[in-house]
Amino acid sequence: MNWEAAITLFGSVALIFFIGLTASRKETVGKSFMQDYYLGSRSLGGFVLAMTMTATYGSASSFIGGPGVAYNEGLGWVLLSVTQVATGYFTLMILGKKFAIVTRQYKATTLIDFLKERYQSKLVVLLSAISIVVFLFSAMAAQWIGGGRLIESLTGLSYTSALFIFVVTVLIYVTFGGFRAVTLTDAIQGSIMFIGTLVLLIAVIIAGGGISEIMADLQAENPNLITPFGSDGSLTAPYVSSYWVLVGVGVVALPQIAVRAMSYKNTRSFHLALMIGTIVVGVIMLNMHLIGVFARPILPGIEVGDRVMPLIALEVLPPWLAGIVLAAPLAAIMSTVDSLLLIVSSTIVKDVYMNYIKPDASRQRVQRISMGITALLGIFVFLMAVNPPDLIIWLNLFAIGGLEAVFIWPIVMGLYWEKGNKYGATASMIVGIISYILFQSFYPEPLGMHAVVTSILLAFAAYVSFSWGMGLKVVEH
Amino acid sequence: MITIHERGGYTLNNHQASEKDFRFKIANREALLGIGLVLFNFIWWFAFAYGLGGKDPSEYTYVFGLPAWFFYSCLLGVIVMSVLVFFVVKRFFTDVSFDEEEYEDQ
Repeated sequence: MNWEAAITLFGSVALIFFIGLTASRKETVGKSFMQDYYLGSRSLGGFVLAMTMTATYGSASSFIGGPGVAYNEGLGWVLLSVTQVATGYFTLMILGKKFAIVTRQYKATTLIDFLKERYQSKLVVLLSAISIVVFLFSAMAAQWIGGGRLIESLTGLSYTSALFIFVVTVLIYVTFGGFRAVTLTDAIQGSIMFIGTLVLLIAVIIAGGGISEIMADLQAENPNLITPFGSDGSLTAPYVSSYWVLVGVGVVALPQIAVRAMSYKNTRSFHLALMIGTIVVGVIMLNMHLIGVFARPILPGIEVGDRVMPLIALEVLPPWLAGIVLAAPLAAIMSTVDSLLLIVSSTIVKDVYMNYIKPDASRQRVQRISMGITALLGIFVFLMAVNPPDLIIWLNLFAIGGLEAVFIWPIVMGLYWEKGNKYGATASMIVGIISYILFQSFYPEPLGMHAVVTSILLAFAAYVSFSWGMGLKVVEH
Repeated sequence: MITIHERGGYTLNNHQASEKDFRFKIANREALLGIGLVLFNFIWWFAFAYGLGGKDPSEYTYVFGLPAWFFYSCLLGVIVMSVLVFFVVKRFFTDVSFDEEEYEDQ
């Protein structure tokens, strides 16, 4: 076990959480508990907004899995990953002001609130709640596995104890802190990621003898590593381009991202977030994945992709610094988990319990239930992650694309097309999810692209045709 | 359409009301700018990556040690987009108020 690295790693994480909790304590009185716990009373400033978007989106897949894949695929995978720079500006520009204005008018605090007021349909609410709980729950379990593995490979603890440490910290934090604490730590975590990956990249370049040297080594090993096509030439242009939809523009439809687009204070913070967000996402994505590629000549023969980040950090940095830098991926996973946990809990408490079971619950009761559900969910996910059932792993593969196929048109068309109605939204959600699951299972790359592209197109057709067809009938009545 | 959205959905679903709210005009224009930026970003990314990177690796030219396709498409691409977003936001994005009373006063 590497004590020095472990101490600085846990030290940094503890410090981040301490700051988040202290800062969130101050302002919880007086405002609606719902608005505050789940939305931070819509008070995010520009820097915090940009960082929380980045940290929420940059999950275990980008920070642990991503560099591992880049290690195996070469520069082609970095090319694929920079498509995510679009999330830095596109998401906020599309949802942007309209979402902020409309959700304030609706007094909506969750994505489902918005859909409920916009479409006035129980079916839409129910379909949304089910998609969110099922997909995000499994996405969460996958993140926890990633977090456990990172602590495991750094400290040498068993996987179960590593996972336990990870889960307890996250749970204490989310249960008591709520949205504001989560976004505040996101801001710190985003900054660590930004600086940490930069430090690690520079150290890796020095250890590899300069960029030209590294490129020559890579070319000597396998020339494909420095082409856009991946180590065996299988990353085709249409396939890589389709990631512009999956991890670029489609991200507008992820509930954990959408909720952030309604939580900012004013347009000044919104404009600032656009400028900061683009550069931060771009730099982090480039750094993380370049580290993976550059690590290859320095540490050849790493078999498990997930171990590339921890191993290269311990190789090229002094242990104490490696601990701090690795706090970045750990922080990324934690903040993703934090926000997923909050979304799932708000879906259950707010969108289902308060809408349909007990609308007149007192503030105290709601508060107790919110915290209780959040904690309960956490424990449940822990049990899943200790011994992950196959179903969870399978569902997680569908999580991001599935959510995008379900929500993209009900959100975007709901905002920008007056004639869109509940028939269109329902049809679009059902067509989106069913076509996505069918494509993924039986025909994963239609037209050489990721299945999400086709499903989103089909969902669009369903939204428009059903809104038109059924909408006319309603007007006649 | 107003028949099915009598509650809540008023502003969005009533065509006239949403035309009157000048903030929606601004929001729509800014969303279009977002689409424009992402299209530009995609073309830049695609043209350099596959235009310069499509040939045999032995014929690659290098910029700062990196293959030219990668340098222009990814590295320069991120820098160009950051600068462009900065410029577009500063130049074309308008501050509006989210405060309902304040807005009605205007």
